Amino acid sequence: MSGFDVVVVGAGPGGMAAATVAAEAGLRVCLLDDNASPGGQIWRSFQPGSASKYPHGKGFIAWSARLERTSCQVLQGWQAIDHPAPGVLRIERDGEVRDLRFERLILATGARERFLPFPGWTLPGAMGVGGVQALVKGGLDPRGKRVVLAGSGPLLLAVGAALAGKGAVVAGIYEQAPLLSLAAFAPTLLGHPGKLAEGARYRVATLRAPYRTGSWVVRAEGRGRVERVTLTDGRRQWTVDCDWLGCGFHLAPNLELPRLLGCRTVDGYVAVDGFQQSSVAGIACVGELTGIGGLEKALVEGQIAGLTAAGREAEALRLAPQQRRQQRFAQRLDRAFALRPELRALAQADTLVCRCEDVPHAELAPCTSWRQAKLHTRCGMGACQGRVCGAATEFLFGWENRPSRPPVFPAAVSALSTEVEAPQAVDR
Amino acid sequence: MNDSCPITLNGRALRVPAGATVAAAMVMANEPCRFSVTGQPRGPLCGMGICMECRATVDGVPHRRTCQVVCAPGMEVVTE
Repeated sequence: MSGFDVVVVGAGPGGMAAATVAAEAGLRVCLLDDNASPGGQIWRSFQPGSASKYPHGKGFIAWSARLERTSCQVLQGWQAIDHPAPGVLRIERDGEVRDLRFERLILATGARERFLPFPGWTLPGAMGVGGVQALVKGGLDPRGKRVVLAGSGPLLLAVGAALAGKGAVVAGIYEQAPLLSLAAFAPTLLGHPGKLAEGARYRVATLRAPYRTGSWVVRAEGRGRVERVTLTDGRRQWTVDCDWLGCGFHLAPNLELPRLLGCRTVDGYVAVDGFQQSSVAGIACVGELTGIGGLEKALVEGQIAGLTAAGREAEALRLAPQQRRQQRFAQRLDRAFALRPELRALAQADTLVCRCEDVPHAELAPCTSWRQAKLHTRCGMGACQGRVCGAATEFLFGWENRPSRPPVFPAAVSALSTEVEAPQAVDR
Repeated sequence: MNDSCPITLNGRALRVPAGATVAAAMVMANEPCRFSVTGQPRGPLCGMGICMECRATVDGVPHRRTCQVVCAPGMEVVTE
């Protein structure tokens, strides 16, 4: 078994920053990530040689170079699946299992899109907003494709701009939050001029597409795939023809691993102190896990967690003002993009809520809890383990506190039953 | 974009851009990744390895999350 001073889970900006500063301080660090290359979502598929042409690319180049110069061991394509013994993290890749021994753990598992069910959301061609973006970064050619983007959050404009830049026909961008909420958020942006400029750039890049606030998807239709989308502003409905629909309702943190490890959550995020330490000794959480705030928040929190792991609390404290500013930004973002109650009425009786087990809304409506729904309908018991329908039922029915069990990702039974190797002295 | 990587998708020979994920190749070819437990066709949703909708059989290995798998020359992909 390999032993490390610090194991960092997730190689997005927060994880890269944490691993880098901890390794620079001389700690033995392992950075673990389940994608093919580091960068997480915002830096997905970036290569140090070509990233400078993308927004945020310079940050990626700088952090990649710093990480590269350290002795940090980077494991790509591996996912954390279990915590079989104290101080041990079990990881898996294509059926191969390893145990990593750690003194400290830094979790930077990021966020996923929150998906809400509506008629037609399971049709091929209906994807997430970030989903379309990730697929395009993964080689999907959007040239000439008519794309409707809907849902909520800053991602809508960012993805609209990226798609327009790559030759897609953005047929409309529809934000469910009312203009009033967004207007109340606007002064916050004045304190973050970088973000304001970024937003302005995105809007300029999407000027040819209609952008409407206070509007949302009612249904998607088509023969075997999405061909058109019907939207509403609460008073009237209209239909837009498209090839792809990107629809996602802001983001939700990936809490499976912190919950498995016992980290306390408050209002849907991991509760941490000023040094990013969770309620469990030796486990820090950074980035979207502690509040959806994006790149800068993840970078500053990652550095604080990495410095703290190295015993450099004084240096970490110097970043506290930035950290507090970013955390306030995250709270305001949540308020601005709060979901409107009308979205609870989108799913019809026969609309599937659980896409893995094909459980319709009508079967879930009589249930009183997540646990009861699982027992009676198999909702949340499929391959995604409730990652999609869990966030949806939390919003639709108010079911919260979903406990997390190993394996955190689907894995072979043998991967779970393997004995933990006897602890060895960590070789220095 | 140079379509340089040859793969087989449900028996059909295709060329996809170098570095493309299998999920991206399947969307471009208009092939569903899998059929659901009640027989509905499904394609990728999240694009980042979370939702499991893009599962397909790659080189004989079932349930691969195709959004996390980069196409390699000669790869055989089959809808589940």
